[in-house]
Amino acid sequence: MDNKKLTLISRIKDSDIYFSFIKSPTAILSTVILVIIFFCSFFVELVTPYNPFDPSSLSLMDAFTPPSWTENGLSKFILGTDGQGRDMLSTILYGSRISLIVGFSAVIFALVLGVGLGLSAGYFGGKYEMIVMRLTDVQLTVPSILMALLVDGIARGIISREMHDEMAIYVLIFAIGISEWPQFARVSRAATLVEKNKDYVSASTIIGVSNIIIMFKHILPNIMRPVLVIGTIGLALAIIAEATLSFLGVGVPPTTPSLGTLIRLGNDFLFSGEWWITFFPAIFLVLLAFSINLLGDWMRDTLNPKLN
Amino acid sequence: MSFLKINNLSVNYEMRRETVYAAKKVNINVEKGEILGLVGESGSGKSTVGNAIINLIDEPGKVSGGSIILDGTNIYENPENILKLRGNKIGLIFQDPQTSLNPILTIGEQLIETIQTHLKLNKEEAKNKAINLLKEVGIKDADVRFDNYPHQFSGGMRQRVVISLALCCEPELLIADEPTTALDVSIQSQILDLIKRLTKERNLAVILITHDMGVISETTNRVAVMKNGDLVEIGPTKEILTNPKEIYTKALVSSVPPTNKKINRFKIIEKENKTQSETNIKILNRWTKKEIIDQDLVEVKNLSKTFDDNFFTESSKNSVMAVDGVSFSIKEGESFGLVGESGSGKSTIAKMIVNLYSPSAGDINFDNVCITNITNNKEMMKFRKQIQMIFQDPYSSLNGRLKVKDIITEPIKLHNPSISSQEIDNYIYDLLESVELTQQSAERYPHEFSGGQRQRISIARALATQPRLLVCDEPTSALDVSIQAQILNLLKDLQEQLNLTILFISHDLPVVRQMCDRIAVLKNGKLCEISKTEELFKNPSHDYTKELLTLMPKIESIYN
Repeated sequence: MDNKKLTLISRIKDSDIYFSFIKSPTAILSTVILVIIFFCSFFVELVTPYNPFDPSSLSLMDAFTPPSWTENGLSKFILGTDGQGRDMLSTILYGSRISLIVGFSAVIFALVLGVGLGLSAGYFGGKYEMIVMRLTDVQLTVPSILMALLVDGIARGIISREMHDEMAIYVLIFAIGISEWPQFARVSRAATLVEKNKDYVSASTIIGVSNIIIMFKHILPNIMRPVLVIGTIGLALAIIAEATLSFLGVGVPPTTPSLGTLIRLGNDFLFSGEWWITFFPAIFLVLLAFSINLLGDWMRDTLNPKLN
Repeated sequence: MSFLKINNLSVNYEMRRETVYAAKKVNINVEKGEILGLVGESGSGKSTVGNAIINLIDEPGKVSGGSIILDGTNIYENPENILKLRGNKIGLIFQDPQTSLNPILTIGEQLIETIQTHLKLNKEEAKNKAINLLKEVGIKDADVRFDNYPHQFSGGMRQRVVISLALCCEPELLIADEPTTALDVSIQSQILDLIKRLTKERNLAVILITHDMGVISETTNRVAVMKNGDLVEIGPTKEILTNPKEIYTKALVSSVPPTNKKINRFKIIEKENKTQSETNIKILNRWTKKEIIDQDLVEVKNLSKTFDDNFFTESSKNSVMAVDGVSFSIKEGESFGLVGESGSGKSTIAKMIVNLYSPSAGDINFDNVCITNITNNKEMMKFRKQIQMIFQDPYSSLNGRLKVKDIITEPIKLHNPSISSQEIDNYIYDLLESVELTQQSAERYPHEFSGGQRQRISIARALATQPRLLVCDEPTSALDVSIQAQILNLLKDLQEQLNLTILFISHDLPVVRQMCDRIAVLKNGKLCEISKTEELFKNPSHDYTKELLTLMPKIESIYN
């Protein structure tokens, strides 16, 4: 077991991807930022002393404390507090956890749906392929925000009011995922068309391997590179889409605020001078999306030689 | 003083893991009026030398030492020298005529552009010159074809246009990098004749870079043999080919399939100390060997395949007859050759026999059962097991994401689901050793192997189901000649010991002669003739076969 692990690490170290990674400062920087953000968001209980959603720990006396480096700032609230006395930094980290969960789930949903349809469309071809690809065309003509609003509207109609807050996150994931799947479908279909004409697929057919196994065991691993690139860039898009929807008030409910919700809540105070309540979540969102995009760009350059 | 003098030329490629010395202190002289062949296997540095002469070494490569003196001018002394020489004194012909012409300009425009860049001629004069050039390289109706686009020319014609482009500015040195590799035999000989004629008429110095010993022996006056960046041997072609001094040259010459006789196996010089039958076919113990009965294993009757282009047109107007009413039969234990140029339909037939394509008309019988219309999957599996295939391209025929072990496990498990994992491992090791690979290969990924080794893995995979018929579609045409000899030896050994029936598809007549008992010649999807190998080479009955035989480059021509 130990031996196997060692070879895996040495294989990674020996790979061209690793080489191009350590040669690219942007890739390293964005990875470092992302690792810090992910760690702080998912282990937020360990990182921050405050729980902004525990009412007993909150004190209205602390409300609207500005950031610590300004005149009235307190050193215990580095980025200040909001209108209910919640520490901004902890609230942002709790919020980014929600944003990341929604973003990842939406991308995974879109990826599974898109790759499944794209792979099978490319492999089987014919009428089935035509239907799937026209479906992506239709989907692409509907703007993603509109699609998400539509899904949210329908969900509100079907699900009862009490249930709605609980279900909000799933509705959001579904809404964002459904608007992103055509990208995955197109990319994976195009890659499948290339792969299925290669001799190793013919060889498996001649051996008698079934279509399903050829698709998933042979073709799927070979088309994952472009799919992962799209997935990374899609993650940034999904996080921004979530923030947009939450900002508009159709996303996650204020009881479990995400970055978008925080920006919306802070927006009300922007003109009364308490700028930090909206500014820091916004900057955090920009930093997050920007790092993911930079990493995605680097991945596209390294993993997709055709674009070089 | 020689016309072109290459002194101690060294070219390095500084790669991430190591520095590759593509040329190591190479010394070559070329005189006017002679064709110098530069021969070597892939990675030998022959193209690097050619590119160094015109300063076309790509990053990260660089010329690290030595000098190239052309007609008294040192090319690397002053960067401006090369700009003056390129196109003016040096002309270049590339391998692929498909990509060396700009598809959106007529050939006339391309010729005039090149002529006007280098010579001070007005448009009318340039056009006259261009038309004369086209006539010189043998393009009929040159003044009409002048306004045609590259796609309106065939491959051979396009290569003629490329040559006329290279001749535009009266070069004195012509570098031809594998000029005929992408072309069929019949066109190849025309292009080579053209290069020979031009060399004489224009008193050119020509460097002909190729891997094909037949081309070398028929075309060149002198030959330089390269290996791993070293110049192994240089001298008059006849001397090098008939009486090579270096071991490497000897090995290279002996692994070229002779065109005038059938030999039992290729002599592999590096393995001379080993006993003759070196392949240890371990898999033999597991093989349920079928006794060879005198019967037809495969019977192909009136086989046809049309590819419809019904994307734009509903009717079958645009359909292409890839295979047209072909019938033949293969006896059990026989090795049967299918020969033809590109587009002759030979690969299509192979794909129908292994059931990748279904025929438009006709039947294929395997072991007296018609296999063309089997819809039942279980029924089909019986035949899948018995018919296996080896592909041309060793790079795309193995899934790069799977270990060699997993690649070979797949057919074993599929056709024998109850086998234990210990038993599978032993089976894989036996298979690997049967194709002369080590047991350690099992844990590695395909990209860690060379082309020849990958082809061995392909063979091991094909043997895993214990097939009776092995379809080999150009199994060695992507390989170097010495590797080809090893693979062909291996196939012969396997066939003999395992009683395999082989359908061997190739465009390369000498190779087919070494491998096959009977040969079928195909042209444009139609069968020209079928006869016993020796019969075919001695008394071809069909005109097309005769033509192919006369045109094929013969390494033996040097002896006459």
